[in-house]
Amino acid sequence: MSVLITGAALPDGSVTDLRIDGGVIVEVGAGLSAAKATRIDADGLRALPGLVDLHTHLREPGFEQSETVLTGSRAAAAGGYTAVHAMANTSPVQDTAGVVEQVQSLGEQHGYVTVRPVGAVTVGLAGERLSEIGAMARSRAGVRVFSDDGKCVHDALLMRRALEYVSGFDGVVAQHAQEPRLTEGAQLNEGVVSAELGLAGWPAVAEEAIIARDVLLAEAADARLHICHVSTAGSAELVRWAKARGVRVTAEVTPHHLLLTEDAARGYDARFKVNPPLRRDEDVQALRAALADGTIDVVATDHAPHPIESKECAWQEASFGMVGLESALSIVQQTMVDTGLLDWAGVARVMSRVPAEIGRLAGYDAPFSVGSPAHLTLYDPAVSAPFDVGRLRGLSVNSPYLGRELPGRVIATLHRGVPTVLDGELRDPEEVARG
Amino acid sequence: MTPATHDAGLRNLLSVRDLDAAAAVRILDLAEDMAEVATREVPKLPALRGRTVANLFFEDSTRTRLSFEAAAKRLSADVITFSAKGSSVSKGESLKDTAQTIAAMGVDAVVLRHSASGAARVLADSGWIDAAVVNAGDGTHEHPTQGLLDAFAMRKRRHADASRGRDLAGLRVTIVGDILHSRVARSNVWLLHTLGAEVHLVAPRTLLPAGVGAWPVTTSSDLDAAIADEPDVLMMLRIQSERMHAAYFPHEREYSRQWGLTDERFGRLPAGTMVMHPGPMNRGLEISAKAADSDASVILDQVTSGVSIRMAVLYLVLSGAAAGA
Amino acid sequence: MLTRTVLQQADITRALSRIAHEILESNRGGADLVLLGIPTRGVMLAERIGRVLDELEPGSGTVGALDVTMYRDDLRGKPTRTPQPTRVPPGGIDGKTVVLVDDVLYSGRTIRAALDALNDLGRPRAVRLAVLVDRGHRELPIRADFVGKNLPTAMAERINVTLRELDGEDAVTIVGRHSAEETR
Repeated sequence: MSVLITGAALPDGSVTDLRIDGGVIVEVGAGLSAAKATRIDADGLRALPGLVDLHTHLREPGFEQSETVLTGSRAAAAGGYTAVHAMANTSPVQDTAGVVEQVQSLGEQHGYVTVRPVGAVTVGLAGERLSEIGAMARSRAGVRVFSDDGKCVHDALLMRRALEYVSGFDGVVAQHAQEPRLTEGAQLNEGVVSAELGLAGWPAVAEEAIIARDVLLAEAADARLHICHVSTAGSAELVRWAKARGVRVTAEVTPHHLLLTEDAARGYDARFKVNPPLRRDEDVQALRAALADGTIDVVATDHAPHPIESKECAWQEASFGMVGLESALSIVQQTMVDTGLLDWAGVARVMSRVPAEIGRLAGYDAPFSVGSPAHLTLYDPAVSAPFDVGRLRGLSVNSPYLGRELPGRVIATLHRGVPTVLDGELRDPEEVARG
Repeated sequence: MTPATHDAGLRNLLSVRDLDAAAAVRILDLAEDMAEVATREVPKLPALRGRTVANLFFEDSTRTRLSFEAAAKRLSADVITFSAKGSSVSKGESLKDTAQTIAAMGVDAVVLRHSASGAARVLADSGWIDAAVVNAGDGTHEHPTQGLLDAFAMRKRRHADASRGRDLAGLRVTIVGDILHSRVARSNVWLLHTLGAEVHLVAPRTLLPAGVGAWPVTTSSDLDAAIADEPDVLMMLRIQSERMHAAYFPHEREYSRQWGLTDERFGRLPAGTMVMHPGPMNRGLEISAKAADSDASVILDQVTSGVSIRMAVLYLVLSGAAAGA
Repeated sequence: MLTRTVLQQADITRALSRIAHEILESNRGGADLVLLGIPTRGVMLAERIGRVLDELEPGSGTVGALDVTMYRDDLRGKPTRTPQPTRVPPGGIDGKTVVLVDDVLYSGRTIRAALDALNDLGRPRAVRLAVLVDRGHRELPIRADFVGKNLPTAMAERINVTLRELDGEDAVTIVGRHSAEETR
């Protein structure tokens, strides 16, 4: 399939045409032409490298009423993504080569995005025994990111062993930093709002204590450590300190932690219930600054679909999590670009190149260069509209942004040169699968 | 013809924070009228004839349920009671399903008791039902009618027959115990503050919420100092023994020694201090039998006031156009 | 809008005095008499009549207040009404002659509510009704025993009673309406 994109503004601001053929970029420059190519007029649009999410819950196998590999892939493509890392808390858990290969091949079959399964660190996410990390790493899925996300690897010995063992496969342990005893029954950031609402507090120290321990363990093991969804100013400070010491640590922040605060919980609307919880405005500002200065390496969505009934209930009975793939780029624009904290090259760095590096995903190191795989998205940052349920393309609608005015819109997404989104609309599964 | 006083009713009663001082005093005054009804030959008013009140108790609380039932019946409303015990709620039926089932029976108001903080707010905001919602205790959030009846009992003791129209300006109230898990404490703190009282909280640090600094109160962990300060009201909260297993305090004797109203401490209270307790009491733990049964105790007044306050609240949410009739 | 004063201070005083005399006459003296005013202005009128009774026959002017809010038949669909206190004189009402006092008698629904309220308070020997103004248009089989002034009115008109205690001056006025849609 041949595609010609004309007049796109690259992340660095230069305007160019792009010709794509056979899944790779074959020509870059002004005044390109191609016969029989699908033409995309990108005048006024920003071309970004295909976005890579390090933290997605696709829910398949096991929770197909919330999301499937297909529906989650479509949501990702609609948000400008061309690759997602599918978290291990499926049922059965992604703790064997068999399960990760199944998830990987479902992704390939549908073709909207590259689905990179994350392997569980421990068997059944139980935090007791290491899962078959080597087999998953050497499987066809080539797993490089290992995480018990949803649960913390809280046993210090197990965490030390995991860091050491995973490093033998060039992998990384992505830690969900949550000290379990300090967060028993916890519902909302511990502080003024939790005190008022009578919701059990989730102290910042429960996250920070694990991060402090783990950066020291990673240093001792000389292993790679990735911190999932950093949510407090203190966490950012710890990561900054560790990086200064030379610890091989990377960190992610979610779009919602860049925008929303604990105040959103005041109406007990469970759409705002998330793990880790929404924090204070001071934390939001510190996270933005840390993302801007490189302390926090990437933005990851923690896209967590849930059925309606697990959100239409009292707060403490509701599930944790929000969907985020479709809105992530808009939130990053609003919180980082429109505020002047990050330019589009920065966005490309934190949402594409660096997450791909952390996940050891090839093909994202030299975007928009001749010969590179054509993973890209065309984005219109100038529009602004209320975010409505029609923008959600997965199975679940637990978005905290419904009804909120958000900037920007994904106009087209190309995965391996195949348009998955054209004219702002997802293409049909058959067309995408055909390539 | 008498031009009647027309005021906006209450759509719901979810939190005492929705009440300003005038609205709170109005409920207390109305409760005075309701209290007077109890002394009549026929202690019943026809005001809510034909209205149906559903008591939806997802959490067991016999005393609160009976109090709401008595209040509704004195106003001639019909009462449907739904208790979690032995019902499908214990089998995991959701708030939404239960509320909609009850609403389908044609209910005008739902009195909701739930173990989850915010349950009443969720029900009122959900659009699942049209009925008015009265919060009868939601998790560790609030218990608005308890706050109101405590304020009513305090005002009555302080001003007796001259209570009508008055707030609690200048009243010094000390609340002692498990503030962290207490919905009664929260409703009292906000309402007493609204009514002009000064509130002091006494508890071990472990049982004060982390964000208490933003509350309009002073705090300490020294009950003896608080008693030496001669408060007008001393409210003892129930302490649950399971708290010691979560390391909030070492054991019952230690708690009682530090934060219990013992006979000895009771003896040091000034003569006029009111002793209150929202019940049920652990005699000998947070309050001695002598203190609970003394003349200083307004604990039984609290129970009597409960029915009057709940009558006033039900009248306000169920009468008038505001109730969506 | 047209406003017309139909009773002035002197007229009102005279009317209340006459009502007091008529009450004593029909009751054959001041024994076992209880005046219950219907809030708000009925209570003030009852107190005034009570003072006249006390002058005529000391001790006969026993006055209380009877709030009928909770007994009204129109609680639904109208803004919430705040009840006023009910005050029953120490001797109660059992076996007494109760004279209900209100400012304006119109549909009769307020008095119907008052009779129900009375029923829950006890069992009077007899119940009478005194009003300052009877403007007609009854919707229930109720009539007043003592009337200050009969005022035939159109439904579209409105009767305003102001009293010194509450409003600063004594007067009864009729306010004409341009449209007939407001009837009470």
